[in-house]
Amino acid sequence: MSEDTNAGRRHFLIGTAVVGAGLVIGLTLAKRRGSGETAGSMNTAGGKTLSPNAWLRVAPDDTVTLAMGKSEMGQGITTGFAVALAEDLDIDPARIVIEFAGVNKAYNHPFLPAQFTGGSNSTATTFETLRQVGATARAMLLAAAAKKWETKVSELRTDNGAVYYGSRKLTYGELADAASGIGVEKPVLKPQSEFKYIGKSQSRVDSKVKVTGRAIFGLDIDVPDMLIAMVARAPVFGATVKSFDDTEARKIPGVVAVKQVPSGVAVLANNSWAAQRGRDALKVDWNLGSMAKFDLAQVRADYRAKVRKPGLIARNDGDAEKALRNAKRSIDVEYELPFLAHATMEPLNCVVHARADGADMWVGTQNHSQDVEKTAEILGLKPEQVTLHVQYLGGGFGRRANTVSDFTVEATHVAKDVGRPVKTMWTREDDMRGGFYRPFSISRVRAAVDADGKPLAWYHSCVSQPVLATSAFAKFAIKPDGQDPTSSEGSANLPYAFPNIRVDAINGVNGVPILWWRSVANSFHGFVVNSAIDELAAVVGKDPLEFRRGMLGKETRHLAVLNRAAEMANWGRPLAAGHFHGLALHESFGSIVAQVAEVSVNGTEVKVHKVHCAVDCGLAVNPNQVEAQIESGIIYGLSAALWGEISFKDGQVEQSNFDDYRVLRMSETPAIEVSIINSGAALGGIGEPGTPPIAPAVCAAIFAATGKRIRKLPIASALA
Amino acid sequence: MISLNVNGESREVDADPEMPLLWALRDLLKLTGTKYGCGKALCGACTVHMDGQPIRACVTPLTVVAGKKITTIEGLSADGDHPVQRAWIELDVVQCGWCQSGQVLAAAALLEANNNPSDADIDAAMDGNICRCGTYPRIRAAIKRAAEIKRAGAP
Repeated sequence: MSEDTNAGRRHFLIGTAVVGAGLVIGLTLAKRRGSGETAGSMNTAGGKTLSPNAWLRVAPDDTVTLAMGKSEMGQGITTGFAVALAEDLDIDPARIVIEFAGVNKAYNHPFLPAQFTGGSNSTATTFETLRQVGATARAMLLAAAAKKWETKVSELRTDNGAVYYGSRKLTYGELADAASGIGVEKPVLKPQSEFKYIGKSQSRVDSKVKVTGRAIFGLDIDVPDMLIAMVARAPVFGATVKSFDDTEARKIPGVVAVKQVPSGVAVLANNSWAAQRGRDALKVDWNLGSMAKFDLAQVRADYRAKVRKPGLIARNDGDAEKALRNAKRSIDVEYELPFLAHATMEPLNCVVHARADGADMWVGTQNHSQDVEKTAEILGLKPEQVTLHVQYLGGGFGRRANTVSDFTVEATHVAKDVGRPVKTMWTREDDMRGGFYRPFSISRVRAAVDADGKPLAWYHSCVSQPVLATSAFAKFAIKPDGQDPTSSEGSANLPYAFPNIRVDAINGVNGVPILWWRSVANSFHGFVVNSAIDELAAVVGKDPLEFRRGMLGKETRHLAVLNRAAEMANWGRPLAAGHFHGLALHESFGSIVAQVAEVSVNGTEVKVHKVHCAVDCGLAVNPNQVEAQIESGIIYGLSAALWGEISFKDGQVEQSNFDDYRVLRMSETPAIEVSIINSGAALGGIGEPGTPPIAPAVCAAIFAATGKRIRKLPIASALA
Repeated sequence: MISLNVNGESREVDADPEMPLLWALRDLLKLTGTKYGCGKALCGACTVHMDGQPIRACVTPLTVVAGKKITTIEGLSADGDHPVQRAWIELDVVQCGWCQSGQVLAAAALLEANNNPSDADIDAAMDGNICRCGTYPRIRAAIKRAAEIKRAGAP
């Protein structure tokens, strides 16, 4: 693994020939800098260095296939990758066939020794590589055509999968075999002014299979001789099996086996119904352990004490403490945000077929390489003996990038020594109660303005369980003082021009398993920062929009986004009777988003009518899907803001299904309008940045409507 | 053995009569286009048509559907060319896609009964179908587009 710790490595490409396969461009990792190898030497003939599953293939029948190492969980990355590849290859992206690849180091994150899909970085980290792949393939195809027609490449042109020489035409497929192994110089990428596909809305490449029921997700996997398993899991986190009685379970027709696994007791059956009935008939006695006494009130008291003490310093400009001591006009407010479940539409599942000489796993995962490594370890195999078959994900939101690979590890234990493939499936209740929630957090903001109402000091402290610290990335990312940098994502990058800024991250401890939840710490900091800024604006008596504008100084991207959203909503205009506006601005994953929510409040009922949203993600590769992800992020965040809360009684999660973990439905969904600003800044993410601003925007509107500040989410509980 | 009529074909399944239709479709007939989401008729992912009406397959035992005509997403159209499917593709509705079989079938049933649905009609027909990706605004627009296609004379 040592070469993987080299943060400076880059991807490069190797063109290679496979007889009869047409043109195959393999992706592989560049060696360390200084090794003598350069990205320019990307083409060799002969097929010796082809990676088994990291490639682009142009087949003689004109099929263009890309094996991608990222997962499609709805974020549209298959389409995004097709567009990035298509541009410099010069072919309609709709013609590109996407295959999901297994594990290959060529797909590792540029700075982390792992293959995963998360952090809203797929486009940012892969865009250039894909363009290089496309450009290289095109250059090779052009060279092959020039040879065939005995002319120069400069006499040729390409369009939508074909090379033209005057009126003569050869398709890429017709040239594919001849192009194999042709050496070309490192190609120059197209300038933005010549883009045909990037930056223009393209249709999703996965629509047809998903509206016809033909898309195969993890739970849809059916391999011969497969059993279906459900696991009776501990009622509280950390509990272990004391004993179990499977007499009744084994009587259920279709139940094949019952076995204990580390997480509980598994019932293996011929079908899902039998597995479920068998599990219902199990009697399990548990050693409950300390979490049976888990009490959120105690955690709250502990966090509230901690948040009033200095923490690990994430940012320290000037002397915020001193400035606050002398300030005349200030705020000192606390915010509380709950644990949240991801509640992906497709509950968790994983199929494992364990054999003595190897294993296969079929799963929709965001955590490719770690899942494979852990399964291999449990089965006493090498990772390369485990073949990962990645399927479509019925939602991810972070849940399928599990820090301990919980659901694939469990499925491996269930399938171990069974001799048949086993699909371990979770019910909705299992999924809701299975832990790995967005952490509970308590934040405190002290902030002040000077006598002229100008920003003076900002001191933001937050107590939450550090998410990255629980992952395999901890050893690369946790700072020497024990600080998890992801804990202050969205707080340390405060864009407002306070001369004194201090941001503290405080590691909270409690026994609830936590995980990244769409936008991670931004999901609470976006709320806290915007809410506190609004409170400070009120101290000065300024309009929240004007107040922000006055503090954005050099942050011209932020200002442009804020202004765009305000223009879209016509901020300040009279609204329908009983309707009020609230706004929020937040940067996450390199993208800046501002939202204006139009809200009415009737007693404890909050209705969000309209959301205007402006976004700057650098360059919108596929504007249509940027809009889709913003809509998605807003709706996901709004469900959480209004109702989202995982709570506990006697250590047990109280929520179980969509009746008690309420999420937004059609009639509750606001109209959403999105405006994209292509600032030309570095590519930002888009899967997550839509989520953080919606809660504070809605709460700001609730304040405008009622005069009540919401300092504790969800809104429904706060208003009750 | 229980006789079912699924997508115009007679199918025999050897199953517990209390087995929900969902598991018979997915596990026994290998029609995995119908999805599991909640098991309690709360989310609509398992929506299929029974004699043209949308039902939740996750809570409908086989005894109830015997002798009825069941249509699943696999049987809605020959090649994804139902007006609802066409509109869904045209407006790029889908994201993760897990709920979409149910959404499409709920929308198709709505349009069978009402080829010019208002926003309120759409709310009423679609509120039982949850989408965690938040494709609701596009579903609303696509239903209106599908209604146009349908009114223009598509099958």
